[in-house]
Amino acid sequence: MRYSGFRVIAEALTGHKGWKPVWRDPAPKAEYDYIIVGGGGHGLATAYYLAKEFRQARIAVLEKGYLGGGNVGRNTTIIRSNYLLDGNEPFYEFSLKLWEGLEQDFNYNAMVSQRGIINLIHTDAQRDAFTRRGNGMILNGADAELLSRDQVRSMYPWLNFDNARFPIKGALMQRRGGTVRHDAVAWGYARGADLRGVDLIQNCEVTGMRIEGGRIKGVETTRGFIGAKKVGVAVAGSSSKVMAHAGMRLPIESHVLQAFVSEGLKPLIDGVMTFGAGHFYVSQSDKGGLVFGGDIDGYNSYAQRGNLPVIEDVAEGGMALMPAIGRARLLRTWGGIMDMSMDGSPIIDKTHVEGLYFNGGWCYGGFKATPASGWCFAHLLAKDEPHKTATAYRFDRFLKGLMIDEKGQGAQPNLH
Amino acid sequence: MRIPCPLCGPRDRREFTYYGSDDYLNRPAPDAGAGPWDDHLHLRANPAGETHDLWYHEAGCAQWLRVHRNTVSHEIYGAALVAGLKGGAQ
Repeated sequence: MRYSGFRVIAEALTGHKGWKPVWRDPAPKAEYDYIIVGGGGHGLATAYYLAKEFRQARIAVLEKGYLGGGNVGRNTTIIRSNYLLDGNEPFYEFSLKLWEGLEQDFNYNAMVSQRGIINLIHTDAQRDAFTRRGNGMILNGADAELLSRDQVRSMYPWLNFDNARFPIKGALMQRRGGTVRHDAVAWGYARGADLRGVDLIQNCEVTGMRIEGGRIKGVETTRGFIGAKKVGVAVAGSSSKVMAHAGMRLPIESHVLQAFVSEGLKPLIDGVMTFGAGHFYVSQSDKGGLVFGGDIDGYNSYAQRGNLPVIEDVAEGGMALMPAIGRARLLRTWGGIMDMSMDGSPIIDKTHVEGLYFNGGWCYGGFKATPASGWCFAHLLAKDEPHKTATAYRFDRFLKGLMIDEKGQGAQPNLH
Repeated sequence: MRIPCPLCGPRDRREFTYYGSDDYLNRPAPDAGAGPWDDHLHLRANPAGETHDLWYHEAGCAQWLRVHRNTVSHEIYGAALVAGLKGGAQ
């Protein structure tokens, strides 16, 4: 069923009796050409682009829970391409371009809203760094703009511009950045993949991998063995657990990142704002809730819930930036598990096992990467060579000293 | 989370700085080559469940601790001084 305004009106006039389930619920077949492990944003996007852009093949997505039940449903929905380094920026700009055409492409309303993102500047040195970053973005085909203090003030007059420690002196702005309805991204990709014959198999956890003579033969699951010519793993948050089935240790630690939503407020912030110096970022949802967050908790965790010290830290950052937030009540907080890689950048690569491919290490920036991650992983699975924007995302970059370290923190995952 | 420091008693997690897995105690020889050093610096078991990792009691006794805890439940089973362990200060 194709969605359209006409369809909505027709259904409204006939009691909404014509809507059908959006995807099938098939049982696993004995064998597939491609198995994608992980029915989150990246896995579903991979299956969608693989079926649509690259190969007519027998494809299945295996999900241990329900589709979109992991980090694609737990993030703060921001899209942007404001990276500095050559290994990253072309990839994230490719992703932002895919976001811009996504809803027409998969015929699903993902509420892509390019409401603009600003990164606040507090010192001359930071302005220099952001100027350099902005130039890097422009050189890679993205948009970037340096805002003066007065320009920021005209947008958000209620910010605390004269904070003694971090006075606001301007901002780096990317107008094409914004937010997207995160769940709808998973649902749109799932529907698009299902329409192209991909089997989306839920409640099917991978419990082992069958590897013979250095080649993948299939995966053991809670619903039995499923054979496959190629297996792509896209399970960020659980990457180490799944790849351990292939005997691999990854350059990744799992960390918990918390997010927060306030009660619904009147329109206050029409874009996205980051206050990096204060470990705080914020946007406002269409329902009015302030959606905000800060740093990861900082220690390895698979708990999907955080601890109070970070909640306190984020609240302090919010108060320092926008004292008006002090009267707002917090509606809920939650945590998601991040694949924190050793240099803060992701991995899309082959493994030492023939036919086994890996996509992960997205740190806390995986959501914005979803379309390009899916496209590039599908490219790698179909053609056995990396997409031109993802050539740097290799496993061996750590051994070779070719790290993509945006923050310059070194091999210390909890600092990225 | 409260970490039972062997010298200071149970202390709030905020007094500690996290480093990472106790793999850091198994340091290869300086001339071991790129492979073992890559493994030491970059590759992790990253278990879901029981783990041993290193915490520095920055706002307390300034000692490094090897903490035995659970990454799924956040339960902490115990902590020992790194000093005296293999790989720690002797």
